[in-house]
Amino acid sequence: MSALEIDNVCKDFGTTRVLEEVSLAIDSGEFLILVGPSGCGKSTLMNAIAGLEPVTSGRILVGGDDITWRTPAERDIAMVFQSYALYPSMTVHGNIAFGLEMRKVPRVEREAAVERVADLLQISHLLNRKPAQLSGGQRQRVAMGRALAREPQIYLFDEPLSNLDAKLRVEMRTEIKKLHQRLGTTIVYVTHDQIEAMTLADSIAVMRDGRILQLGSPDEVYNNPADMFVAGFMGSPSMNFIEARLDGEPGAYRLHIATDGEAELTLPWPASRETPALAEHVGRTLTLGLRPEHFAEEDARLGDRAEGTPLSARVSVVEPTGADILLRLPLGDTEITARVGPDCRVAPGERLGLRVDMRRAVLFDAETEARLA
Amino acid sequence: MDNVIRARTPAARAWRLMLHLVLILAALWYLLPLAVMVLTSIKPLDEIGAGSLLALPENPTLAPWLKAWGSACTGMRCDGVSGYFWNSFAIVIPAVAIATLIGALNGYALTKWRFKGAELVFAMMLFGCFIPFQVILLPMAQTLGWLGLSSSRVGLIFVHVVFGIAFTTLFFRNFYVSIPDELVSAAKLDGAGFFRIFWRILLPVSKPIIVVSVIWQFTQIWNDFLFGVAFSGHDTQPVTVALNNLVNTSTGVKEYNVDMAAAMIAALPTLVVYVLAGKYFVRGLTAGSVKG
Repeated sequence: MSALEIDNVCKDFGTTRVLEEVSLAIDSGEFLILVGPSGCGKSTLMNAIAGLEPVTSGRILVGGDDITWRTPAERDIAMVFQSYALYPSMTVHGNIAFGLEMRKVPRVEREAAVERVADLLQISHLLNRKPAQLSGGQRQRVAMGRALAREPQIYLFDEPLSNLDAKLRVEMRTEIKKLHQRLGTTIVYVTHDQIEAMTLADSIAVMRDGRILQLGSPDEVYNNPADMFVAGFMGSPSMNFIEARLDGEPGAYRLHIATDGEAELTLPWPASRETPALAEHVGRTLTLGLRPEHFAEEDARLGDRAEGTPLSARVSVVEPTGADILLRLPLGDTEITARVGPDCRVAPGERLGLRVDMRRAVLFDAETEARLA
Repeated sequence: MDNVIRARTPAARAWRLMLHLVLILAALWYLLPLAVMVLTSIKPLDEIGAGSLLALPENPTLAPWLKAWGSACTGMRCDGVSGYFWNSFAIVIPAVAIATLIGALNGYALTKWRFKGAELVFAMMLFGCFIPFQVILLPMAQTLGWLGLSSSRVGLIFVHVVFGIAFTTLFFRNFYVSIPDELVSAAKLDGAGFFRIFWRILLPVSKPIIVVSVIWQFTQIWNDFLFGVAFSGHDTQPVTVALNNLVNTSTGVKEYNVDMAAAMIAALPTLVVYVLAGKYFVRGLTAGSVKG
């Protein structure tokens, strides 16, 4: 039995359909992340789970019970809001205890629960303060404390970190992960930050235009994207898409990339990555997807023994990030990003030899954006 | 220290001086009637006849105030405005409290529990702000008759509440619109219902708008004459009606000092409300509930 099951949920606002037959199920203790660009329906789905917005059709089940038409109060769900939504007139203690008080939990248990979460989140010294007297990070903790105190079946996090500054966001991200590992809670977490999604999730649902495009583990979503949108959305810097013409036959497919004023580049497609779909696309122009880290600097010492297919291009921009260097270079009629080691000494305008790991490349239909191989 | 850098040329200084002069004169001009009233109200009658309007009293006396309060004639009765003064409170306090509470509930429902047609309902309520008092006199008299409330205090309170709701709803609706919906969503998930959310979450942050609503309603209802004269019974007339009667009751010589004292007494509570409640006009009680 799933902890949470969404069964064919649709949601219309007037004549606009914002959720289109969304179905998913997660197990108890699982950390699910809904990720997608703004307007993709992830927050609407979250509100539907919370009971803040009725769905147009479909069912929502928690622990096997159909809760589709239950009020938020009747659902055993707690939510952490992007704006924290702390009750301004109450102290931190009051904020954390409010949900328990509403559920008529006896005072002694209430106090124990407040103490427990305050210890857990290290906010014991703040219990008598009002939200206005807290910093952003402290408010975030209180908002989580309020959810944790009730020990609901499911926790919902609606972009909880997006109001924090970059450093705090990374800290809180780790903290949320620790909490989840420690408490084994079932969490649905909405974010538009794909790094948060990758680092926190047990499974990721990538959404677009009210549909779930792919539901899978972070590894699957990253390395085996269902279509071009998922491939481009996950990963930063994002995947390079290069137009390439396919020819050859099973066992010896090749991709040809035409480059302005230079010889055509030919990349053999690894036989291990062949799919039957490729046969129908011979002679057509496809979209080749290569992540920046699929490129590596040509290593002179290894020469031809190095792995990957060699290519060379003139570097247009060099962006050192500290940990590595991002290079912008033209390939085909686009400019691609390659990630190389921090000790690569290349200047803009110079020619650089690179190797491409074609075994990790992906191929899409250029028109339907569907995954081919 | 004010927080502006101003030009320091002689011309700019002269211009600023003139500006201040004009403003001070205008302020004095506006204060003049009040000064005349206060001065007249503490002069004996013979000084009023003899001296100028602005002359300071030679023998200041509180006798006109005492007479206006306790023994001046308002029509047939001669026991001052004191009884009517309390009448006004007995009308104003419940009317203000009820109208403010209903306005707050309306504003809460219209913003945080949006229903189909909420905007239309609000637009219609807004319309109530523009209905002139005179228009409803007859239909309201009819209605009060049907309800068995004519010439009663309850009837007058009812009229003021009905009229006040349009304004208080407007105030609270516009205030609650600025309070994040997520606050209500969080409380719903915490298990609180409609009234519990209102009472525990919304009302405690509503102080600024409650003050606005109370000041507005208090002033409106306290200063009302038309409804008071039309719908109150003989014993439940508000102080404004009594003041009118007092000034219009002529028995021999016109006692301007008593008239002025009575007018001051009638105007005092609204002044006090402004002075006392004005300091609660502090914004930002919700600061910190959302991102700071």
